[in-house]
Amino acid sequence: MTADSGFVVIGAGQAGGRAVEAMRKAGFAGRIVLVGEEPHVPYERPPLSKQLLSGDDGPETTYLRDRGFYREQDIDLRLGARASAIDPSARRVLLADGDELAYDKLLITTGSRVRRLAISGAELPGVFYLRDIEDALAIRARLAEGAALAVVGGGYIGLEVAAAARSRGCRVTVLEMEPVVMNRVVAPEVGRFFADVHAAQGAEVRTGTTVSGFAGDRRVDEVVCSDGTRLTVDLVVIGIGIMPNTALAEAAGLAVDDGIVVDEFGRTSDPEIFAAGDVARHYNPLLGRQIRLESWQNAQNQAIAVARVMCGSNVAYAEVPWFWSDQYDLNLQMTGVADRWDQIVYRGDMEDRRFTAFYLLDGVLVAANSVNLPRDVRYARKLIESGARVDRDALADPAVPLKTLLEA
Amino acid sequence: MSDANNAEWHRVAKTSEVTDDEPKAVQVGAEYIALFKVDGTFYATDDVCTHEFASLSEGFVEGDVIECPLHAGQFHIPTGKALSPPVEEDLRTFPVKVEGDDIYVQVPKG
Repeated sequence: MTADSGFVVIGAGQAGGRAVEAMRKAGFAGRIVLVGEEPHVPYERPPLSKQLLSGDDGPETTYLRDRGFYREQDIDLRLGARASAIDPSARRVLLADGDELAYDKLLITTGSRVRRLAISGAELPGVFYLRDIEDALAIRARLAEGAALAVVGGGYIGLEVAAAARSRGCRVTVLEMEPVVMNRVVAPEVGRFFADVHAAQGAEVRTGTTVSGFAGDRRVDEVVCSDGTRLTVDLVVIGIGIMPNTALAEAAGLAVDDGIVVDEFGRTSDPEIFAAGDVARHYNPLLGRQIRLESWQNAQNQAIAVARVMCGSNVAYAEVPWFWSDQYDLNLQMTGVADRWDQIVYRGDMEDRRFTAFYLLDGVLVAANSVNLPRDVRYARKLIESGARVDRDALADPAVPLKTLLEA
Repeated sequence: MSDANNAEWHRVAKTSEVTDDEPKAVQVGAEYIALFKVDGTFYATDDVCTHEFASLSEGFVEGDVIECPLHAGQFHIPTGKALSPPVEEDLRTFPVKVEGDDIYVQVPKG
């Protein structure tokens, strides 16, 4: 290792931030440079659609660590800096400001960016996306009592924005293309439960509705739906998903397929280059397949696992996926992958607003969602990990502790 | 009941209300406290996670470790020590005693 090389990490989000800490914790004493485009130290994004929107928290409440931490750990933070290219043969990263960073090993944690809506009026002032701290603060500043907000997209980001806006007294309409909200992550029955909760809280949820454009003179004041209906608004927040930032990796010749392709250790097609977080399509040994996850858990724990591998560990990243959403007084937790199932078993009653949905495929638990019962999901993670067949009657019976199923 | 070190014992729960898998949340004055049972011994720590607002008594116990229900940060129950990200700050622990089937927790005077 030459004196001025070491580890370079591109992308100073949650994954990049957790990775550099983990490198030092693993005993790596060489140079660490963390390059990030945003002006902030690494921070967590989940609060952006939750506490940061509904409350009055400052952006620093989302920071993983304060600036002093990086100084103490001798981590060279390059914030507001953009990597413009990777030269794998010379093991160098080029920065947009002309600087060059040599590396022995490189970690790419470039995350993802919002999917944009390519329709007329989408560039009008008052039309927002929510990805970073500045977006959240700009939206919050406009969520005045009585303001009319249209949320385009009934995924969990859109629904969290809707809940936060209702808590601030806004008039809220959620426009979802699919027949049911959160279609990608939960069963239709669970989606309908959430739509009903929003309706009861005074937000209007219009499913099966496509937006064809936005109208307004100097700023947006109308949403035009494809069925011709028009909605008067003060602001619009679009939440229709995110896309991995793979351009740098692609240009460097790394294997990319909706994400940088890595193995369970985070290794890309170049032996000195690793990737983790939203941007990494990784092999998950527990699921037995490649998957790309856009989650807090993956951003933190995959990054830590891969950072350790870069420091000599041979432990793969292998966790059952898990995520949560907070809407009003409901804490929704999701584990496993609910993309294929042939039966759903419910434990508890939706009317009590405390229940768990277990998704089974051929008698094996593949996913679970719980509402206000986080412990159920924790047991479900264990059950999914075990891959064992589960007793449906026991799953459905709240009197049978889930722990006993693990011991069965 | 009071103690020389300016802390008082408070009767907070019956022993039957706390199991290995299901801790119990109790309140003493302004303090939110979680009661745990590990291998037959009772422990008391802060109930609120040191990371974000979540009730640890709703969390998942494995051996002598409590995992926060919100972000899966882990703490060592007997010592309150923070074990894994995202938690950094340890929990406070409180002395516990059992008399008959009553659990008492000693909490410093506010």
